[in-house]
Amino acid sequence: MHLHRLEKIWLKFGISMLAVFLIVLGIMAFSMGMKPPSEHHHTVDPTKVAEMAPFDNPGLNQIGKNHYEAVMTAYAFGFEPAEPMQVPVGSKVDFIVTTSDVVHGFAIVGTNVNMMIVPGEISHISHTFDKPGEYLILCNEYCGTGHEYMATTIVVQ
Amino acid sequence: MKSFDRSDSKLVLAHILFAFAALLIGGVAGLLQSMVKSGSIELPANIGYYELLTAHGVLMALIFTTYFIVGFLYSGVSHTLGGKLLPASRKFGWAGYMLMSLGTVMGVIVILLGKASVLYTFYAPMKASPWFYIALALVVVGSWLSGFGIFYQYVRWKRGNKGKLSPLFAYMSVVTMLLWQICTIGVAIEVVVQLIPWSFGWVDTVNVVLSRTLFWYFGHPLVYFWLLPAYICWYVVIPKVIGGKIFSDSLARLSFMLFLLFSIPVGFHHQLMEPGISPFWKYLQVVLTFMVIIPSLMTAFSMFATFELYGRSKGAKGTFGWVKKLPWKDVRFFAPFMGMLIFIPAGAGGIINASNQMNAVVHNTLWVTGHFHITVATSVALTFFGILYWLIPAITGRVLTPRMNKLGIIQTITWCVGMFFMSGAMHIVGLLGSPRRTAYNSYNDHPDAVLWMPYHVAMAIGGTILFIGVILIICNIVGLLRAPRGETEYPIGEVSEASEKTPAFLERWGVWIGIAVALILFAYTIPLIDMIRDTVPSPGYVTW
Repeated sequence: MHLHRLEKIWLKFGISMLAVFLIVLGIMAFSMGMKPPSEHHHTVDPTKVAEMAPFDNPGLNQIGKNHYEAVMTAYAFGFEPAEPMQVPVGSKVDFIVTTSDVVHGFAIVGTNVNMMIVPGEISHISHTFDKPGEYLILCNEYCGTGHEYMATTIVVQ
Repeated sequence: MKSFDRSDSKLVLAHILFAFAALLIGGVAGLLQSMVKSGSIELPANIGYYELLTAHGVLMALIFTTYFIVGFLYSGVSHTLGGKLLPASRKFGWAGYMLMSLGTVMGVIVILLGKASVLYTFYAPMKASPWFYIALALVVVGSWLSGFGIFYQYVRWKRGNKGKLSPLFAYMSVVTMLLWQICTIGVAIEVVVQLIPWSFGWVDTVNVVLSRTLFWYFGHPLVYFWLLPAYICWYVVIPKVIGGKIFSDSLARLSFMLFLLFSIPVGFHHQLMEPGISPFWKYLQVVLTFMVIIPSLMTAFSMFATFELYGRSKGAKGTFGWVKKLPWKDVRFFAPFMGMLIFIPAGAGGIINASNQMNAVVHNTLWVTGHFHITVATSVALTFFGILYWLIPAITGRVLTPRMNKLGIIQTITWCVGMFFMSGAMHIVGLLGSPRRTAYNSYNDHPDAVLWMPYHVAMAIGGTILFIGVILIICNIVGLLRAPRGETEYPIGEVSEASEKTPAFLERWGVWIGIAVALILFAYTIPLIDMIRDTVPSPGYVTW
């Protein structure tokens, strides 16, 4: 099939840029630890979330120096633990989140923390909080009438 | 010049009028939403924000588009494949119309009764009334019948014209409908096998991860189902409207085939932020997603080559002199051209969305809402609007008057201005973290949320301007239906003399469908086995 000379240049340039871009994305994801969150299946019976560890006791646990684990349950329309969690500046927090009812979102405004919470699955994401402040955690997937009220905060000080 | 077949004209017009009735009702819902979201008004207690949002999404994204597309494709197939529809094709067309209309009416009633406030993505385990899912199934099955009519007409034409190249419009229509048939299988399985039995209570639980995957197997090609008919207008109609030639028939066909191959095995890029899918398969589908950039680059080159060649044939000088020669005052060119132009930033936004880990920055924020409002609701919608100004006159035996043309230009500009404010504000506030699909709330006056408020007001201003745009296009349709009688040609471009003969392999459907199926199996088999084996199913909930 005949291609115009300029079209060949245009396509070669475009396809090369595309290849470079995809390689950069791949390297970042697989060798620099920037994969999208929640790597694979970590399942939980969605009807028994409140009885199963660790979700029977949601909250913040210190697991190392400046390293915390936040166990959270999303439900219509809020998050457990209900009280804002508090961590020192510079802390790394591993969020471990599931839902006891429908699909929810989990986003921390002003950070790249953004993941889906799906019934039967446990979602994981880590974030290091370098700046102090009261961070807004909100549900960003429609979950019912009170969806817009589904939010909590995490205080970094 | 042969006038358009009268019975076919009825079928086409029925689809178009239904589409724009849906646009009007969906537009009212959209206007109210933008007012609520910005805190400008409060709805009376018995209407909820999310009922409006569900109605807006279903009517605009599913009903308006599908009806218009079916009507438009039937018009071109009738015109280019023998000058009229075969009786069987016409029957398929009407049967599809009836089923889709039954489904639409049922669906809208169930939504307005508040029995299905699950939005147009209806994510399980939110459990809507079974009649909502049945309504959706009827719409899909209806659209399949419409597709069969197009296939039948094409196959009969090929049989009667052995060895001849099929008309470009018909070829593209077949690709569009083929894409639709292959991708809707996913949502049909989700709705019929998973959701309907569960919603009736025949089974207790649903595999949520699987249902989302089946949905997005359909959900991404859905956007190409919207886009390809717009591309048909750009490739086949626009060259004729401006008085130029189609740059290359074979490249146009090849780009459509590439869209068919690379728009389906890519649904995971809508699921990048969710659990249950391993990062390897997410990345693999991201790579496949980006392959559509190649036919997009080809399309962009062809369009501008057509424009430049036309301008130069009119004596344009210099590198960009041809821009001035384009018929800017002709709405049949101006509206789709604005669509094309806006598709450049819109496509770039799409690349950002699909960029694997980068999706975390924008996922489920208003950025995404802004994105599909400049893609489908601007690039595609403006092209569809532009089609009306010749299609209605051509099929009803009327002519576009200079006054109607001017009203069309005004409508186009109104739409662009409204969208600039609305979609622009959505993009920016999305980057600031404002979530999509959310009614008014200030999050206890959290400083981040307070910062979003002015943008939400800008969205309401844009939404109001767009609503005026909806009213204007409805008025223009009424005007076109009452335009003076006369003959309007159905504009089908001719291929440039410089272009080479189209190779026959582009019409070996078996090969192309085979490659498409192989790619789908490659991208989905292992993740699906995983999902079926490892996911714990969930009961249903009504949370509205």
